[in-house]
Amino acid sequence: MLEIFTYLADVLVYNLAGLDPSLKIADALHFFIEDTTKIFALLLLMIYLIALVRASLRVEQIRQWLGGRNRGAGYLLGSFSGAVTPFCSCSSIPLFLGFTSAGIPIGITMSFLLTSPLINEVAVVLLGTLLGWKFTLLYIIVGMAVGILGGAVLDLIRAERLLQPFAAKAYLRADQAGVTAEPLRLTLFERHQFALGELRDIFTRVWKWVIIGVGLGAALHGFVPEGWFEQHLGQGQWWSVPAAVVLGIPLYSNATGVIPVMESLITKGLPIGTTLAFCMSTVAASFPEFILLKQVMQWRLLAVLFALLLAAFTLVGWTFNLLAPFIL
Amino acid sequence: MKTFKVLGSGCSKCQKTASFIEKVAADMGVEVRVIKETDPMVIMQYGVMSTPAVVADEKLVHSGSIPLRGAIEGWLAA
Repeated sequence: MLEIFTYLADVLVYNLAGLDPSLKIADALHFFIEDTTKIFALLLLMIYLIALVRASLRVEQIRQWLGGRNRGAGYLLGSFSGAVTPFCSCSSIPLFLGFTSAGIPIGITMSFLLTSPLINEVAVVLLGTLLGWKFTLLYIIVGMAVGILGGAVLDLIRAERLLQPFAAKAYLRADQAGVTAEPLRLTLFERHQFALGELRDIFTRVWKWVIIGVGLGAALHGFVPEGWFEQHLGQGQWWSVPAAVVLGIPLYSNATGVIPVMESLITKGLPIGTTLAFCMSTVAASFPEFILLKQVMQWRLLAVLFALLLAAFTLVGWTFNLLAPFIL
Repeated sequence: MKTFKVLGSGCSKCQKTASFIEKVAADMGVEVRVIKETDPMVIMQYGVMSTPAVVADEKLVHSGSIPLRGAIEGWLAA
């Protein structure tokens, strides 16, 4: 069914524009048209369908659901709900305080907040389209593992001591019994309206990232010679992974922008672990997000969190470079 | 005069919410004062977890999205 987009790109690039398929520019343009049309079509469909399902879901319900869980299940559920909840980084502080003041451990809250930007329906569509379901599954498992382990470590070092005083006080005074939330009852038409609103909202937010991401990917695809990365970085030098992670920090992007680039990097021979590490660092470790978190966390906790993420992504990179021959 | 507070960390949706309320009020010929509240401590006190949220005369009336026109008209008429 998806061949229709290859065909569309064939017609536009080779027939209508009359470009010679052996030209680099034709290759890049074909890649760009095929991928953007395919991604846009799938995004429209997926965002709408998922919004239809989660129309009645409220963060207050998730808070109630997570409250009073034992730690082990809490990290898993925190990470899972982070993956399925729509999330805008500008809500991260109210959400953090809302969870904290309901007595949910900082680690479980952070499992939610770390997983949320890494995994969402847009990321899944892009990964599935560009890199296949095996890689998508891998990405989801790794993303959740980073969230779960990150949260567990933060509780292990008792991160609540390093919150800003007002947030720490809210956590100590928490009254879990006082928190209840009723699910909304919606008609099908109300769900449809919600889904249309979400579609408009998410699509206007991500379409330019898709264009930029696929554009960069197309440029890499057309102009970087086959195997270039393999020759220069692909021999598994151990330092290439931490280097990719550090490089990813100032490059602040969401998953939408970076995933199309990942595809090109991998097909050009950059090892899979290095690529994953770079991608996750770009998405999850960013200065704007840290500046927001400064409102509720002391510098020491931010530094710990930062180091934790860098270590986690580096480990992800090394592990997958080692495992690569067995999984792809 | 009615007082609205728009709660949120200053993201674009919060700004849009604030100016939308002002616009609807102007269309209806109602005088309003719209305050943008960005202090996380204050937002927490209203019990809000998803922004933008709207407080009308000290009562929380909305949270999590840019409100619909109909809802704003309702708050202004109340």
